[in-house]
Amino acid sequence: MAELTRRPHPPGRYPVVVVGSGPGGLQMTYALRRLGVRHAVLSADAEPGGMFLRYPLFQRLNTWSKPFGPADRGSRQYAWFDWNSLIADETPLRSLVPQFMDGTSYFPSRTEMASGLAAFAARGGLEVRYGCRWEATRREGDEFVLVTNEGEYRCRFAVFAVGMAEPWIPSIPGLDTAPHYVKVMPARVYAGHRVFIVGKRNSAFEVADALLPWARLIVLASPRPPLLSVLAAGAGVRAKYLVPYEDHLLGGGVFVLEASIDRVERTADGWRVSTSGTHGGARTFEVDDVIVATGFTSPLGDLPALGVATFYHDRLPRMNPFWESTTLPGIFFAGTITQGAFGIRKHGGAGNSAGVAGFRHNAGVLAAHLAGRLGIEVPRQMLRPEDVVPYLLAEATHAPELLNQKGYLARVVSLDRAQGVRDEGILPLAHFVDEAGADAVAIVVETDKDGHHHPTAYVRRGGQVTEHELPGDPMLNYEGGAHRAPLQAALSGLL
Amino acid sequence: MAGTGGDEIVDILSGLALFADLTRPQLQAVSHTFDEEWFTEGQRILRQGFTGSNFYVILDGEAAVRIDGETRATLGRGDFFGEVSVLLGEPPTADVVALRPLRCIALAGPEIEQFLISYPRVMYRMLQAQARRLRNANRWRS
Repeated sequence: MAELTRRPHPPGRYPVVVVGSGPGGLQMTYALRRLGVRHAVLSADAEPGGMFLRYPLFQRLNTWSKPFGPADRGSRQYAWFDWNSLIADETPLRSLVPQFMDGTSYFPSRTEMASGLAAFAARGGLEVRYGCRWEATRREGDEFVLVTNEGEYRCRFAVFAVGMAEPWIPSIPGLDTAPHYVKVMPARVYAGHRVFIVGKRNSAFEVADALLPWARLIVLASPRPPLLSVLAAGAGVRAKYLVPYEDHLLGGGVFVLEASIDRVERTADGWRVSTSGTHGGARTFEVDDVIVATGFTSPLGDLPALGVATFYHDRLPRMNPFWESTTLPGIFFAGTITQGAFGIRKHGGAGNSAGVAGFRHNAGVLAAHLAGRLGIEVPRQMLRPEDVVPYLLAEATHAPELLNQKGYLARVVSLDRAQGVRDEGILPLAHFVDEAGADAVAIVVETDKDGHHHPTAYVRRGGQVTEHELPGDPMLNYEGGAHRAPLQAALSGLL
Repeated sequence: MAGTGGDEIVDILSGLALFADLTRPQLQAVSHTFDEEWFTEGQRILRQGFTGSNFYVILDGEAAVRIDGETRATLGRGDFFGEVSVLLGEPPTADVVALRPLRCIALAGPEIEQFLISYPRVMYRMLQAQARRLRNANRWRS
């Protein structure tokens, strides 16, 4: 019992304090420990898992973990086919979510996901101080002080991995009187009901999909047309939730409308929703239920008052490419909040940081960045000049960091004549193209305006960065001669 | 990224010439279609010679248009940029750099065509702005 009651990370002074024990916090502490960065991890929860202890409401994720992907389970490359497991350098800690899946779907259930996260924490021996709630923050000299229910933590860098799972409701008259997505009842409660869903993103379509066998009529409304992932290369509503949209197209009792919501009122036996069509026409709906699926916000506590500037209706902090507050240096973010850093956004793409698939890689990059800021040396591998081109193309073809975080994360190799050719690891592309530095090359995988993927090399030569787009490939294999020759040419004189 | 709501941005948009002909529901749809983006002083928004840039409308702040490091113009609230590169499918011929904290709304390049077709009054306003720029450029040359 003594072992069970020993709680790690008592209040005190640490170089880094991480807040949160969802996938973002767990991946962060794993990565910091690997690099030997001393830190504390605090969580108000009683166990690991974060939002997956509660959501998604209808119990199945919309991101794949393919039990039999093209790459071997447990390999580094397999992470591209398993978007939900946290990542590790040790094989026994890899690909944990598929180990709990029962084979009925390659979208894990909520409990399968939560089991994978708990196993990562337990088998990895990750230490989190559970039941320790961050309550307030202040600055003293060059330190931050995090006040908790158990005392004060002092640190140079604080990393907030507090998720984005608090209900957010826009200021529309009466909308706050209707239940938010998080309050939706089991689907059978809506049997025979007319249901009005405010919103047209994943959570709105997830609810509509679950209500299809029960509701009499479903209306989804918001001012713009739905953005569908099948048309917008990954962004938008996932195909898994598109059956209600197909019903709309077929005229089968689901209506997907472009309208702004003017007012929501309670009536004697239900609700009245007044709308204005985006392209004209006012319309009033009498329904049995209203569900507010307008999304979520991050619980930033008193950080805005301390100087952390926000955007997107104060739902996210403004961050630099390393996920540091642009207005309060030393305050960092991990997990799904990192979606607020867009990178260079070619063709509008902004990485894949909202989901575990993407932000698990961000955590490794942030850990290395924090280690550097603390003067802890991160081991780097030297390369032979003749190996650089095949190495970069192998990374573009197989590296899960580059495939999950298209256009955001890059493999960087420095080509300094005095220092030799050195692998600088994975870095945000926006940092590489906009910061000064020695001659170097960065490779990323990007998506063009038609939704096709291809690698692009960015070459820094004499302080100037140039872009070199490489061709795509129908089998997504960029390791052949058609890619070697142009990359070799882009690096001529540097190797 | 864009969500429902957006009243504060809708209020700003209603005061900009580019969106002056739109109804409030249309302005709400615009605020849901574009993403809000902030840039710090010195940060590049458009990068000369890089493909894949987007369309931006400035809500607040100031930006410089720089060609090979030389400032050619300054942009402020209500100004927009990036459309030439998107319409022609060519990389921008200039950097656009934030001179102080810059707040924009951004539309992904591949979405511009559908957006302008859906909102012909915005397209007309954009054409007027282009005509003005062309006239000023011609005056400057003569």
